[in-house]
Formats: sequence, structure tokens, C-alpha cells
Amino acid sequence: MVVSIQPVAPHDVALSVRDLTVNLPKGMERTYAVENISFDLKRGQILCVIGESGSGKSVTANAIMGLLSKVIRVSSGAIHLDGMNIVGMPQDKLRSLRGRVVSMIFQDPLSALNPLMTVGAQIDEVMAAHGVGTPKSRRGRAIELLTEVGLPDPELMYHQYPFRLSGGQRQRVMIAMALALEPTILIADEPTTALDVTTQAQILELIREIQRRKGMSVMFITHDFGVVAEIADSVVVMEKGHIVEQGSAQQVLKSPGHPYTRRLIAAVPHLTGEDRVPLETADKAPILKVEGLVKTYRSGSSLFSAQRVVPAVNEVSFDLAPGRTLGVVGESGSGKSSLGRLLIKLLDSDGGGILFEGRDIAKLSEAEFRPLRPRVQMIFQDPFASLNPRSTIGHILTVGPVAHGTPYAKAREEAKALLAHVGLDAGAFDRFPHEFSGGQRQRIGIARALMFKPKLLIADEAVSALDVSIQAQILRLLDQIQRETGVSMIFITHDLRVASQICDEIAVMQKGRIVERGPPSQIFLDPQSAYTRELVAAIPGEQPGTTRPVAANG
Amino acid sequence: MRGFLLNRLSQSLILLLIVSVIGFFVLNLLPGGPLAQFGLDPSMTQDDLDRLKEQLGLNRPLLMQYLDWAWRLLQGDWGHSFRDGAPVLAVIGRHVFATLLLMGSSTAIAIAIGTWIGIRGATHRYSLFDYMATVGAMVALSIPTFWFGLVGIYIFSLQLGWLPAGNMYTIGDGSVLNYLHHLILPSIVLSLVHVAIWSRYMRSATLDAISQDFVKTARAKGLSERRVIMKHVVGNALLPMITLAGVQLPSILTGALVTETVFTWPGMGRLFLDSLGYSDYPVVMGLLMFSAILVILGNLIADIAVALVDPRIRLG
Repeated sequence: MVVSIQPVAPHDVALSVRDLTVNLPKGMERTYAVENISFDLKRGQILCVIGESGSGKSVTANAIMGLLSKVIRVSSGAIHLDGMNIVGMPQDKLRSLRGRVVSMIFQDPLSALNPLMTVGAQIDEVMAAHGVGTPKSRRGRAIELLTEVGLPDPELMYHQYPFRLSGGQRQRVMIAMALALEPTILIADEPTTALDVTTQAQILELIREIQRRKGMSVMFITHDFGVVAEIADSVVVMEKGHIVEQGSAQQVLKSPGHPYTRRLIAAVPHLTGEDRVPLETADKAPILKVEGLVKTYRSGSSLFSAQRVVPAVNEVSFDLAPGRTLGVVGESGSGKSSLGRLLIKLLDSDGGGILFEGRDIAKLSEAEFRPLRPRVQMIFQDPFASLNPRSTIGHILTVGPVAHGTPYAKAREEAKALLAHVGLDAGAFDRFPHEFSGGQRQRIGIARALMFKPKLLIADEAVSALDVSIQAQILRLLDQIQRETGVSMIFITHDLRVASQICDEIAVMQKGRIVERGPPSQIFLDPQSAYTRELVAAIPGEQPGTTRPVAANG
Repeated sequence: MRGFLLNRLSQSLILLLIVSVIGFFVLNLLPGGPLAQFGLDPSMTQDDLDRLKEQLGLNRPLLMQYLDWAWRLLQGDWGHSFRDGAPVLAVIGRHVFATLLLMGSSTAIAIAIGTWIGIRGATHRYSLFDYMATVGAMVALSIPTFWFGLVGIYIFSLQLGWLPAGNMYTIGDGSVLNYLHHLILPSIVLSLVHVAIWSRYMRSATLDAISQDFVKTARAKGLSERRVIMKHVVGNALLPMITLAGVQLPSILTGALVTETVFTWPGMGRLFLDSLGYSDYPVVMGLLMFSAILVILGNLIADIAVALVDPRIRLG
């Protein structure tokens, strides 16, 4: 056997990836998931790997964990974990490294914990799997860990099942589990993407603080340059399986070299703090006037047991002028989505009025509201789930107008024109949803809503599932459509930065109430309520004093 | 929990009422009736028939008959068989053991083997084993049980002479071994179809569980593959199966008509068929109510079991 003389990874490198290529099975859009990538994670540093979906960042993380699925393999290159090359290492040796030398936390804390095991049992399991400690010592250690990640009442938490915990708390449990054996390296795969902005800020703070205290090395995968600006020491930018740029966080954020990096940074929505130039319309009378709207969820009611009552929307009032956009911003559970569903009468309200063009639609029955339905349309969050996979795009677009009496030939002409308008090929008409990317599907969703020539569009988290660069395109499209058609919009989102891009006015919701309403300049620069201040402060990459991402000019 | 039980109880009573009304009146729509069998007997005079009718209470209006029957049932009196005058509960009692023996053993076989095949099929997806299990399940589901029964009798009883062709025991020999010897063929034949169903459900439940994020978490913790599957995957995959088992439970006591007939097994299925043939209304109604109660109990037990196993579900 030839002993290859290679520079051994220097001692200050915890993780070293050299010329790694991972192949994809045949029939995929490219033959490799990542090709010839090399990077180092220095001890005691945070390395951010950033890229959009399909860039190969998660595959890289799984390769390092030895968790690639059977059909994709490392075809060449080396991965040195703490000095050991793990490529080609037998499964049981790999297994003994997982959780002990390298551990991982995942994107969705709601599904990453076993629902049938207590928090304590799941933490205990990591230590037991590696033969560490006695049941008693492990229990003590688990409670210590729960304290360390800042969970309230660790003794009680130990015996809780995951479903009783909030998303942020579950992510803390995941972190406690990953830290149990004090691994050298922590891999965090988009650990804050599924969380609310204030929770995200807390989890980022926790990861940074633990990393400093323990001198751990962290590989942090994200698609958000705001997050990078918050925590990264160094950055690796990936595009379509290649590393296009790497360097220190300072360097990459301040003077990005590669056009893709510049594009990504430019696409990050920022708090503009500037108000949008409103569209001038002839008619100034509000198209929508909401007065004291109330929706209360009741559950568990029955003859013999008590009812649980949750006020989802509580005395909400606002009005919306033609051609304007109102942003509704809040965290999960704030009632913003319920509000959207009430306005389009997918939910029945319990009180208050919704005056649409002067007519109270809140009291209308389904049959009475039906003729008005075309005038109020909705754009949904998930472009993958909201289009029927068995219908052609043409059918999706025309079925509604035809049901409302438009002749098919006319509907088809309009559909083709609209597809071109939203930036799709007219040939899309005969194709099926699975043939399109997420951004394209959202364009189809917008075209579908526009088929009815609506007066009011309700967009519920319409860009949340999309990559930042696609997000920016969709926001521009919505803006352009509004300027052309004069449609009014209600834009529901959890992302303040996105709201600041497109809204004339923003309403901040908390626990079913609107706590503050005003133009973006007020919300972001001079917030009146404590809750708004908290939300604004939590936005990653926007705090004074941190490295602020700079969009390259040209 | 108390609220849940009270709710369930009230729902169940309404359900039983509806079942009994429909059952009773539909049964009496049938042409013939309990006395039809005497119609061809030349020694029975019209007077005899009328006397019998009065004795059995069949001369009263249908509604009165129903109310009388239901009132007695509420007091615990299930009535008497027209055929031999024995109390209905005693008649059911005579047959329920045979059915419990047969269905209990075949269900146990089906659950054990079906679960194993399902898990293995899912963890070794698209392997030779998985394909064979899929084809095997298709075959078992598409060929009627009586055919398997007859082929089994032909091979193992007539040709090889290893196993008895029918009955629950040899008259004059009531030993446990004798019972078991008679049990082998029918319980295996009966379990074929249940293994097929159970393994298919288990396979898809396991596949659902295996693709969950927490399985990836378990692997990332460095657990052995065996522990990942047994603790994290199977635990979650069995949840939906509990409900399925609850639906299955009543059939353990109400019997398998075809298999019992093929193997002349003196169980509940044959009792039902015979009683219908004789228009033995009290026994038929008794069996109907008996199985309705079992269906309700089976679902109740499944719901409580799910709530015990799954911390997310609270009854209330």
C-alpha cells in the first residue's frame, strides 16, 4: 500500500474537507451533489455555509455526519474529523463518532424529536448509546444540560414530552442533546429557519455563547446572509455543488468577490426605513374597512367536559385604500393567518364587520358571498402544496373563471397572456406543476389569483418558502402588478424585512390584537410599542455595531 | 377521562338502540318467519300453529314485540331460542369458546408474523424479500379463504394424513393436545388473509415513520441501527396499528363464517348462519347485539390504548 504523503491537517483545524465529490444517482438534473469542494473549519470558530436550495450544503453536512442515504455516495475526496479521515470508514466506527465527536441539529425542531419519548429519555439515549455513565449520572448530566441551554424548570422539563414545548424550547432540547458528550464539532443545519424572529435571535445567541464557552467548532448552514452577519467567523458560499467563494466573514460580507455572492447579498431584504411611494388612485374611499373583527377558537366542547377558548383575532380594526398594501406582521400564533382567512371568508367571524367596497361581507352566507369571491383572491404560502398536481397549469388557471361564467376560449387567452405577464413561457399552459421550480410555481399561484381581476389580493406568507433571490423577484413582480392593476394587497408575513420592502403600512399583531400600525419608517425607526421594538431588535444582521452586509454596487 | 367515558357511553347507547331497531324490523321483513318450518308438516293443524304463535308472542303487533324484547334485554333477559328453548346467552356461551380459540390463535399468528414482515419489508425496501412479501400478500388477499381451506384439507388431511380435516376435537378425547391438533390447519388458513392485511399496513406505517426527522436525529446521535428501528421507528409505526387492532377485535369473538363452515368448527359464525336458517330470531338478535357491543368495546379499548401510548393524546 502506498503511503500518500499529504500535509496532515494542521492541529488548529477541527474539520477539514478536501476535494470532496458526492455523486447523485442517474437521472437527476446533475451528476453530482457537490464537486471538488475543500474547506477547513478552524477550532473554536463558527463557519457559515451559505447557499440556496440545491446548492449542496445539506449534502455536505450529511456526508460529514456519515448519514448520506444509500443511493448517493462520496466518490472522491477526504473528510478529516479531528484528524481522522472518515471517508470509507466502516459503519460502526462512524456510528461511534456521531454524537461523540460530531453532532448535529436540524431545521425543524417540531419534527426532530421523537414524540413518544420524554425529553430526558432522548438526552439520556445519546450518552447510553456511547456507553457513558450510569443511569443516575446520566440523569444528573441531562438536567445540567437542560439548565445550560436555558430551559425553565429543568427537573420538570426532563419528564416532559416534546409536544408540550414550543419550537424554540424544542430547539434548545436538540442543542442540549447535541452537547451531551461535548463534541468537538457541532453541525447546525438551518437551525433557526423554522423559528420566529425573536426566537431565532435567542437561539443564535445561545449557539454563539455555548460555542465561546466550550471552544467548540461550529459548522452553521444557512441561506440567510442576515444570520451570517450575526454569528460567522468565516464563510463558505456554495452554488450548484461548487464553492464559489470563501473567506472571513468580514471579507465576504464587505467585499464579496464572486457575482453570485454579490447577488445573494443584494437579494437579502433590508429594513429600508423608507416609505414606499404610494400609488396615486382616483378613488380614495377605502376598499376594505375592518371593524372590531373577532374570531375565537373553541375546542373540546361536549356535554360532559369543559371548553377551551382561544381568542385568535381580537377586536381588530383597520382600513385599506385602493392600490395600497397593508403588511400584517406577527409571530406564529399571533392570529395573522386567521385574520387572512377571515377576510376571504374561509373562516366565519364571531363578531365585528368586514366592509368590502362598502358592503359588510362578514354577515353574508356562502351563497351570497359567492359572486364577490372573484374580487377577493388569495396567494398561498406553499407553492408545492397549493397547486393540484394532477391538473395542467391551464386547467388550474381557467377552472375558476369558467365556473364563474367566462367562456373557455376567452379564459384561455387571458391565462396565456397572464402567464407571459408573470414571467413564464406561454407553453406552461399545457404543463403540470411538478415541472416547475418553487419560484415559478408561486408565479403560477399569482397568475391564478389575477385571473379573476381581483380588487383585493391576500398574500399569506407568499414568499416565505422561497430562496432569497427568488423572494426578491416575486416581491418585484407583486409591486409591478399592483402598479399596473391598482389592486389592493394584504401581505401577511412573519418577516419584517420582507414587509418593509412592499408595504405602504404595517400592522404588528400580537396575541390576536394589532399592537401598532403605521408606515415602515415609523415601525422600524421609531417603534411605539415595546413588542414592535423587540421584533425589530431581533432581526438578524440589522443591529448597530455588527457587520452590516453591504450590497455591491453593480 | 370520566367525561370521555360518559360521552362514549351515551353515544354507545344510542348506537345500540339504532342497531337493535334496524335489526329487529329488517329481520321481520324476511318472508317465512319462525313458523314457516312447520307449514309443510301435515300433522300441524292451524290451531297448533296459532297456539305456538301465541306462546311465542308472535301474534302481537311488531312494535309491541320489539318493545317487549328491548325491555327484557335491558333487564338482562336476552330471551330464549325458538329452536330448543335454551336461553340465548347460554347458546352464545356454548359457541363463543370455539370461536375465541380459533380467532384468538389466528389473530396472534397474524399480528406477530404480519408485523415482522411489514417492518422487514419497509427497512429492506425493494429487496427480494419486500417483493415476495408484496406478491404473497396479493395472492393471499385475492384467493378466497375457502379455497385455501379445501386445498389445506386435501394436502394435509387426505394426502399426508397429518392433520384432522375438521371439528374442534375428537369425540371421546378432550385433551389439550387433541384440541391443538385440530386447531393448526384452520388457524393458519384463517391467518393468511390477516397476515397479508396486517403486513401491508405495517409496512406503510413503518415507511411513514422511517422518513420522519426524528429518525435522522436518532442516527445523528450515534444510536445503533437496531435501536433506531426498534425504538424510534417501530414505536411510532405501531400507533396507527392499535386502532386497526381495535377494529379487528370484535371479529375475534364473532367468528369467521367461511372458515368455520369449511372446517365444521362449532363457532359463532356457524351459529349465526344456522339461526338465520331456522328463523331463530331471539338468537339472531342476540348475536347482533353481542357483536355491536363488541365493536363498541373494541374501538373504546383502542382509543384508550392509543391515549396511554401516545402522550400527545388526552381523552376528554
